[in-house]
Amino acid sequence: MSTSANQPGTPVKMMPSSAAPKKPAAPVQKEDAMWLQKEMINRNYDELATAHETGRKVAATFVPGNLNELVMCFDFARSLPETNALQNGMRKKSGKMIMDAERDGHSEDVCTYVKADLGMMLGGEIGPTGQKLPTPDLLLLSYTGCFTFMKWFELIRQKYNCETVMLHTPYQGDGKISQNMRDYVVKQLKQAVIPALERVSGVKFDIDRLRQYMKESAKAEDDLVKVLQSAKNRPSPIDGYFGAVYYIGPMFTAFRGTPEATQYYDVLRQEIERRVAEKKGPITPEGEMAEEKYRLVVEGPPNWTNFRDFWKMFYDEGAVVVASTYAKVGGVYDFGFRHDPEHPLESLADYCLGCYTNMNFPQRIDMICKYMDQYQADGLLINSIKSCNSFSAGQLLMLREIEKRTGKPAAFIESDLVDPRYFSSANIKNRLESYFQMIKQKRSVAAGAAAVH
Amino acid sequence: MRCFIGIDLGSTTTKAVVIDEQQQVIGRGITNSRSNYDTAAKIAQQEALVNARFHLFRLSLSKTKVLNGGLESFLEQLERDFRLEQFLVQLADLKATCERNAEGSRFGDAAKAVSSALDEVFKRLRGEAAGLFAAGAKRRSDFFRDIAGSRYLAIGEQVAKESGMRYDMLLNVFDRSIIEVENRVYGDSIKPNLLAALKRTYAALPATRKKEQVINSPIQSVLDTALDETYTVGTGYGRARLPFSKEHIRSEILCHGLGAHMMHSGTATVLDIGGQDTKAIQVDKNGIVESFQMNDRCAAGCGRYLGYIADEMNMGLHELGPMAMKSTKTIKINSTCTVFAGAELRDRLSLGDKREDIMAGLHRAIILRAMSILARSGGIRNEFTFTGGVAKNEAAVKALKDLVRENYGALTLNINPDSIYTGALGGATFAWRAVLEEGKTAEAR
Repeated sequence: MSTSANQPGTPVKMMPSSAAPKKPAAPVQKEDAMWLQKEMINRNYDELATAHETGRKVAATFVPGNLNELVMCFDFARSLPETNALQNGMRKKSGKMIMDAERDGHSEDVCTYVKADLGMMLGGEIGPTGQKLPTPDLLLLSYTGCFTFMKWFELIRQKYNCETVMLHTPYQGDGKISQNMRDYVVKQLKQAVIPALERVSGVKFDIDRLRQYMKESAKAEDDLVKVLQSAKNRPSPIDGYFGAVYYIGPMFTAFRGTPEATQYYDVLRQEIERRVAEKKGPITPEGEMAEEKYRLVVEGPPNWTNFRDFWKMFYDEGAVVVASTYAKVGGVYDFGFRHDPEHPLESLADYCLGCYTNMNFPQRIDMICKYMDQYQADGLLINSIKSCNSFSAGQLLMLREIEKRTGKPAAFIESDLVDPRYFSSANIKNRLESYFQMIKQKRSVAAGAAAVH
Repeated sequence: MRCFIGIDLGSTTTKAVVIDEQQQVIGRGITNSRSNYDTAAKIAQQEALVNARFHLFRLSLSKTKVLNGGLESFLEQLERDFRLEQFLVQLADLKATCERNAEGSRFGDAAKAVSSALDEVFKRLRGEAAGLFAAGAKRRSDFFRDIAGSRYLAIGEQVAKESGMRYDMLLNVFDRSIIEVENRVYGDSIKPNLLAALKRTYAALPATRKKEQVINSPIQSVLDTALDETYTVGTGYGRARLPFSKEHIRSEILCHGLGAHMMHSGTATVLDIGGQDTKAIQVDKNGIVESFQMNDRCAAGCGRYLGYIADEMNMGLHELGPMAMKSTKTIKINSTCTVFAGAELRDRLSLGDKREDIMAGLHRAIILRAMSILARSGGIRNEFTFTGGVAKNEAAVKALKDLVRENYGALTLNINPDSIYTGALGGATFAWRAVLEEGKTAEAR
């Protein structure tokens, strides 16, 4: 998909926007950084496809709580099954995979990321880019807040009989990370995770190497936060949900801790700062958003199979997402957490413990209320995912509470991650349009009331 | 006079409401949505404007007091006569269309037989038309397609038998033609139809004939009054197909909320069960929507479910409610899945359960699902207004009343006899507000 002259494996060359890689007559519009991240993701697939040929071991791990810096210390190539599933979803390949998995005995109610992944295996492990994905040498389960993740790896382990290591992450039931919890995670890292990584890779653990990666992570994290917080501007130069999906790509996957990710976030931040200075709205696949009419906070993952149609429904109405919880799913950085090279294992523990879906409901509610306030949002929209319990549990409760606290209107739509059968355009469009009109109406009533007083 | 129009393009029917500058409803119109939303919108609006004329006739005739005491029966007669005239115009069009469609080589040697059979069918149809619209006559539907269709099929079968020709040939011609006819708007014929109807009415009510001059004068002046389509707002599933600019289109959720408020100003919670969705809406004291919930992409527990059950039981949709009301025993039916409903129904029947008890269980199942959507939207607050086609079903209403009492205690439940027009009324009110409160003028698409 890449049009750049960059070869796989070579560092990404950053180009000024005038010479940016562009698809001739491409109907989809993207920022330069979006093209770059796509290249990076594609390059990771190249690396995965050739990993075993080049003598590298492969670790599979999940996005939330991923220990990328640590895994890189052992030269593993990194495969992220959810990313594979969503990439397959965006490329319209997941429907068949899910049906294949269902034929293989998995119920309609099972997480569709899982079924897309299992279906992909049944189809010979051909990944999103058409390249064959390698059998993992290690399954690293570093975030256990999603119970489905455990079952998912159990299924993969059963199929490939690969070594599995599990890091148990305690839930923030009391709304905070205690020293006990941190110690418990660090102890597991020392006693179970690192020895397993050493054993499978044959590489000895070097904590200084970890510190070095973490330095890169922290720099990139600073830039990512700046990018996401640029949405506090009016107009917002970015879409904090649909656009953010591209921005979080390298950080949440196999690139956090690499110099190229740091470089990517530097370029991205500069690009966004330019947009702020020029008072430009977000770039969407349909073109630049001309007038920002509604500012929303969104909770819940997007739908991937109809990603562009879904985004267009917002674009058509002039709706910009200024903040989303999904853009924090691979790390909540905007309240101060950074990977800390001075305390590498402790900060890995804090990172896992601080996952968005590891936070309790009052914490999530507080976080969304803060977003509503700080980003001057008109309302909250929840996209409830049919097959995702991690996200969907408690969403109505959150909606009610946030509505009450902020006095701003909230709405609820339903779709799915990668099952195209669960995306009903008419139904979603209907609800979105109603919601936008509801905001507009409330606004004009409020303006009327203000005029009277 | 300035008129503000709301059009609600539903999946089953299209409704229109006309209000005047005082926000009084002066006309309502309804038609089947067909496969063509443009036509459905035009016809519903036209029906509402005709209905508005009748409303104005009533107003101006009652002022003159010329028909004192006899006004209602005069207007009822006039309306029946007008429907008859309208029917005859469409029937003539259907005949011409059928003849055109029977021409050529399609029927080969049978062409002549088809043509004379058509002559005979339409002769009989015309002959019985007056009876269809006579006082007290019962029609299963008021839509031309339904009335003409069912009679054409019945008469066609007879004629085919009598003349020894194949019935399916007549069917074929009808199927081709009805779609064309149904998609034509007879806007120009309204005035002549009204005048022709007036003549029939005088003939039917000879006592009124001597007052003809005094009656005609206010009627004529109403006919001479232009009903300006000052501003129109469209809503409903087909709203995107309306020939209006985006400014003229509102979501049905907003329209239902406002429409319910206009009908019952104390409304706080609205439940709307339509053909393919169920909506729970919370509105503030001005009819502004505060929050809403809908069923997801599955239409389980919506009006369509009842339609499906009616088909399964080979009954009319309107017969389900009365049958369920005869129930003496509570049967729990858990599946509101439209697809499973048929299976559950047959299963229950085979277990020996009575049809009326099963029906009552099915109605309760629909309302249970609505209760869950209501709970999601924030619960039921006083006053509670129930709208949509299912609000006309007494068994559904009974189940709702019981469940509301059990779960929320005593509160006011509003069910308006015109609840099917709730969305359109909301639309018309938005049109009124756009002009009188926001100073807008109509925009072209």
